[in-house]
Amino acid sequence: MYVNKTMAFAERPDPTSGPMADCHLPPDLLNEARRRLLQMHWDSGVGHLGGNLSALDAMMLLHHEMIGPQDRFILSKGHSAGAYYITLWSLGLLTDADLLTFHKDGTRLAGHPPASGIPSILFSTGSLGHGLPLAAGLALAARLEGNKRRVFCLTSDGEWQEGSTFEALIFAAHRSLANLTILVDHNGLQGFGSTADVASMDPLGVRLAGFDVDIRACDGHDLPSLRTALAPGGNRPTVVIMRTIKGRGVPGMEGHMESHYLPLTETNYRAALAGIGLPA
Amino acid sequence: MRAELCAALMAHADRPEMVFLTGDLGFMALEPLRDRMGDRFINCGIGEQNMVGVAAGLAREGLEPWVYTIAPFCYARAFEQIRNDICLHGLPVRLLGNGGGYGYGVMGPTHHALEDYGVLLTLPNLTAYVPAFNEDVIAVIGSAAVSPGPSYIRLGRGERPAGAVLPAYAPWRRLTRGDGPVVVAVGPLAGAAMAALAELPVRPELWVVSELPLATVAPPRAFAESIAASRRLCVVEEHVGQGGLAQMLAVWALNAGIRVDGFRHQHARGYPSGLYGSQNFHRRESMLDPDSIRDAVLELAA
Ligand SMILES: [Mg+2]
Repeated sequence: MYVNKTMAFAERPDPTSGPMADCHLPPDLLNEARRRLLQMHWDSGVGHLGGNLSALDAMMLLHHEMIGPQDRFILSKGHSAGAYYITLWSLGLLTDADLLTFHKDGTRLAGHPPASGIPSILFSTGSLGHGLPLAAGLALAARLEGNKRRVFCLTSDGEWQEGSTFEALIFAAHRSLANLTILVDHNGLQGFGSTADVASMDPLGVRLAGFDVDIRACDGHDLPSLRTALAPGGNRPTVVIMRTIKGRGVPGMEGHMESHYLPLTETNYRAALAGIGLPA
Repeated sequence: MRAELCAALMAHADRPEMVFLTGDLGFMALEPLRDRMGDRFINCGIGEQNMVGVAAGLAREGLEPWVYTIAPFCYARAFEQIRNDICLHGLPVRLLGNGGGYGYGVMGPTHHALEDYGVLLTLPNLTAYVPAFNEDVIAVIGSAAVSPGPSYIRLGRGERPAGAVLPAYAPWRRLTRGDGPVVVAVGPLAGAAMAALAELPVRPELWVVSELPLATVAPPRAFAESIAASRRLCVVEEHVGQGGLAQMLAVWALNAGIRVDGFRHQHARGYPSGLYGSQNFHRRESMLDPDSIRDAVLELAA
């Protein structure tokens, strides 16, 4: 079992007071997070794993390298709650005992982020299209209070079919909320088809570039690429479109729509563990 | 009540935590507030879902957001944001809905708010305010400003009868005493009822309610005693029957073991003729006009 040597959330330096040079996401921790995510879903026999695996790398990088105590994170794609819980676990904010309750009766770790019980989680999300307005509100509050904090909002690609997401984009761009970074987990799949087949906005970056925001693209599973894309921006909101793979790291699941809902099979689980170099 | 609203909010406008959000409404009414608040007065444009989400984000950071728009664009359009983003977290966001009931009159049904407090009171932690008279607005705004949870404030037009002397604002007020049927009105209709019931051969007792739900703002003992003595109750509200005060009071009376032998419910009935008109036109169509209220009370008294 990996021993958590990273600093607890509250003890980590304020990233605005200097570069978070000491906060580097160790590759073995990311690998361990992926293993723990698989195990948690396997233990609980639940699905929604595909969108968790596509978002895990970005969430881990953000929380270990970019988000300090004063910064804010909103998981707008609430169906990636599992990856969020694992990220909080990797920071020492949730325990193994907590993770064992995932999806069970009496848990704080519901299938989508809960409204109470986990102080790091600011809002209960899960209905798509809510996160970006909330993040815009947090970013506006920071501006009104003269606070330099950054606000990160992780959206899905299918979520850009929600009108409220565009209401918030219009608002954030018009108000030049430069402290707001919007991530898009662009895995190309949604609940009942590919985004291209269901309601295509491809290429998404070109569509969003019509708004007064900075568009950046990166490989959502490549840490150096993510670091560059997530660096502080200029004088307007930043949208980071991350090319990702749904079900990343699970051979039978990668790129398959079924991974949005279906639980792991034993074969997939063993293959996934072997794939990240662990005994099956 | 928009002038009173603006004046009441001006009293809080110098608080650095206060932020006022509008969905592109307030022309010819809220300019003084805009000028006073500067960058804390934010026209969010026409996007109510975003506006309510933004307000939740502001409240989460300890600011004091007020959200203003036409009532249905608030509670109906942004219902899920009110539910998930505000009420699930018990955040103190104050929602100001202008034009309660048929307030927007001939503007048509899209602008009417006939089911607002019934719908919103299904949500946890929320208090609904329905100021009855212009004089109430300052007290209601003051109460919502210090409320620890979410508030919805249904604004209408004050209808205080000329010369009427009103008791100071309270969630429940007895406007007239009597030994006839007990009449209870929600918000501004109390003024119309007051005028309608002024000179009758029977002496109804008139109450006005301005805060709901009953679970947090219980009817006063004097009201319960009056019902127990009269056993005749008439509820008047510019809201559909479903989810309205009458249904709340029925459960309250059953729980309290209070017997009611005669009952009338005057409530919004939508658009029975399929035609449109002023607020008074729609009230007549729903038997919420003074003559209909008077007839209902006289029938109860007979
Ligand atoms: Mg997707």
